[in-house]
Amino acid sequence: MSHIYLDHAATTPMHESVQEQMTKVMQNHFGNPSSIHYFGRDSRKLLDEARTTIAKSINATFSSIIFTSGGTEANNLAIFGTAYAKKNQGKHIITTSIEHHAVLHPLEQLESEGFEVTYLSVDESGRIDLEELKNSLRDDTILVTIMSVNNETGVIQPIKEIGELLEHQLAVFHTDAVQAYGIQAIDVKELKVDLLTASSHKIYGPKGVGFLYKSEDHYLRQQLFGGEQERKWRSGTENTLAIAGFEQAVKVLMDEREKRKAHYQMLNETLINQLNAQSIDFNINGDLTERVPNIINISFLGTEVEMFLTNLDLAGIAVSSGSACTAGSIDPSHVLKAMYGDNDKRIYNSIRFSFGLNNTKEEMKTVAERIKPIVERLKNL
Amino acid sequence: MEDRSNIRVVVGMSGGVDSSVTALLLKQQGYDVVGIFMKNWDDTDEFGVCTATQDYEDVARVCNQLDIPYYSVNFENQYWDKVFQYFLNEYKAGRTPNPDVMCNKEIKFKAFLDHAIALGADYLATGHYARVRENDGVVEMLRGVDENKDQTYFLNQIPKDILPKILFPLGELDKKEVRKIAEQHDLATASKKDSTGICFIGERNFKEFLSEYLPAQPGEMQTLSGEVKGQHDGLMYYTIGQRQGLGIGGSGDAWFVVGKNLEDNVLYVEQGIEHEALYSDELLAVDLNWLVDRHLNEPIKCTAKFRYRQKDSAVTVYVNDNGTVNVQFDEPQRAITPGQAVVFYEGDVCLGGGTIDEVYHEKTKLEHLA
Repeated sequence: MSHIYLDHAATTPMHESVQEQMTKVMQNHFGNPSSIHYFGRDSRKLLDEARTTIAKSINATFSSIIFTSGGTEANNLAIFGTAYAKKNQGKHIITTSIEHHAVLHPLEQLESEGFEVTYLSVDESGRIDLEELKNSLRDDTILVTIMSVNNETGVIQPIKEIGELLEHQLAVFHTDAVQAYGIQAIDVKELKVDLLTASSHKIYGPKGVGFLYKSEDHYLRQQLFGGEQERKWRSGTENTLAIAGFEQAVKVLMDEREKRKAHYQMLNETLINQLNAQSIDFNINGDLTERVPNIINISFLGTEVEMFLTNLDLAGIAVSSGSACTAGSIDPSHVLKAMYGDNDKRIYNSIRFSFGLNNTKEEMKTVAERIKPIVERLKNL
Repeated sequence: MEDRSNIRVVVGMSGGVDSSVTALLLKQQGYDVVGIFMKNWDDTDEFGVCTATQDYEDVARVCNQLDIPYYSVNFENQYWDKVFQYFLNEYKAGRTPNPDVMCNKEIKFKAFLDHAIALGADYLATGHYARVRENDGVVEMLRGVDENKDQTYFLNQIPKDILPKILFPLGELDKKEVRKIAEQHDLATASKKDSTGICFIGERNFKEFLSEYLPAQPGEMQTLSGEVKGQHDGLMYYTIGQRQGLGIGGSGDAWFVVGKNLEDNVLYVEQGIEHEALYSDELLAVDLNWLVDRHLNEPIKCTAKFRYRQKDSAVTVYVNDNGTVNVQFDEPQRAITPGQAVVFYEGDVCLGGGTIDEVYHEKTKLEHLA
């Protein structure tokens, strides 16, 4: 039985050119970029090149890119760094109820430290209401953090409109763009964001590296103390190898983004058509137009998510849903709960498919064919 | 070896050594083995970590060693409704429940079996020490060969018709062999301590646990003739025949719980481990489950266990028209406890069992047993 990977929103395999580039770096460049000698300069050069490429990819300046260990660390740095730097000006933060846990859990921690957090609601489309954001803004709002693309539904938030709304406010605007970076052309100046998070392993780069874009006029309190790397915003010897791999992934991304989008769109449509061809009962969750093509969240009538996911894996289909607790069992998705309320069936029967470069049209047909008997079996229980 | 790669066996894995070896043996026998961890109880420790995490990690480690897929399934709601509510209700009624029996009946061999079947399983396997054998076209449940570990007592309520779908690979082994197999294969759980106590309470203080769910009503400790001997902390904390924790001083033999009066909230105590109030010669059992086809109109001469790990006693079972049974003991028995299971055997074959409801001595119901 072939195994079909449709969980690219969780992580992607490394692009071949990334593997090649990293192998080269591994073999030839080991120096510490902070060292003043030849070997140090040699690595420093790689680091500078990577920073240049990545800054360009979002129309940012060289000095506004802070490399981190990934999206979670970048979000933590953005949130705690801003909250602690600005706490004398206010302690109010605005976010949404559908953020990733790497945003929600730092905010929960801040709440326990006396900060106040407003969670914007979403409707069934999964989008926030700009009016609600407007009405939630206060004189003491120091941070607004809203994700660009939701990792479970693929629904896009109106980041540019939010940026405009916040332009003359005290509040700093952060967006978690981990799921957007591989799909949307991002221009931080146009979006008017102050902080932006991205991650390498979602775009065919290596794990363990990401960045926080921080506009140069914005001040953060650093979270890791030590050496003066990343202009002191993030101490610790730079992960040159992973950063070089990340750069390569970004280079390919910039070349191929539109082509990839078209590929994902084709896969997305094919899957839907094939599910229909199999007469499977399903509904798509979230807005049908304001969405990225590589993520689709589908509610399968008559199924139960835990049993369905297990069955799919045993049938060679790797997909996901919500988030697993540390004991492996699936908690209902907080995103779908925010969209549909706590008692809707869709919370318990929805699955996320996320497409990748290597998926084929034929695979989508196979997936639908394998899903059919499982859905039938579960319905007849 | 027979090709079993198309026969799917779902193994209930707890993260303990028994279920680990169960999965190992089945894998060695060539089955398509799938490990499933059951999360039945929602509990988080002081750091917000769910206590099932460690056990699930152990399941994951063992399954990776065996190269089999593993998953988790959540039965918290079913467990709460079917097992925990029963557990609390029995305590409220002054009886001593057996949640393990109920868990096997409602969760492991019902909800979990359904789950396994929905995953395309041909068989469900667990690490219980029991055997399933086909005898002349009839499938029977037998005691595990390790007499000390035999768990048929806890399995007495599983329905007969599912036996053909059940595998108990450990039934042929004794515990020492199981540990040895785990060590030989360097399984991650080879030296893991066996879990003790009721699963949802774990290592916690039982009294403290129960008091979180049932209000404790302290009352008097009296002898059966009404002499007040002290205070009890709440009837639910005591079980028939218990010696520990009474705190009655004075000279003479130790004091024992011999009964409960729910109406007046009195705990009956008497002196001496062999006190006559602890003895009975007959019981009435309800909720009978039979694991064999029998003509039930004739009295059955067989043996019985009234609690786990007790030696068998010779009994005669009289089946009543309403399906309940009266069980007469050849020898008087000590501390028969309402709420516990009575399980019947013929040799190694487990005939079935029921729940002890009433206890008699010389045809008189022992009212002090609540």
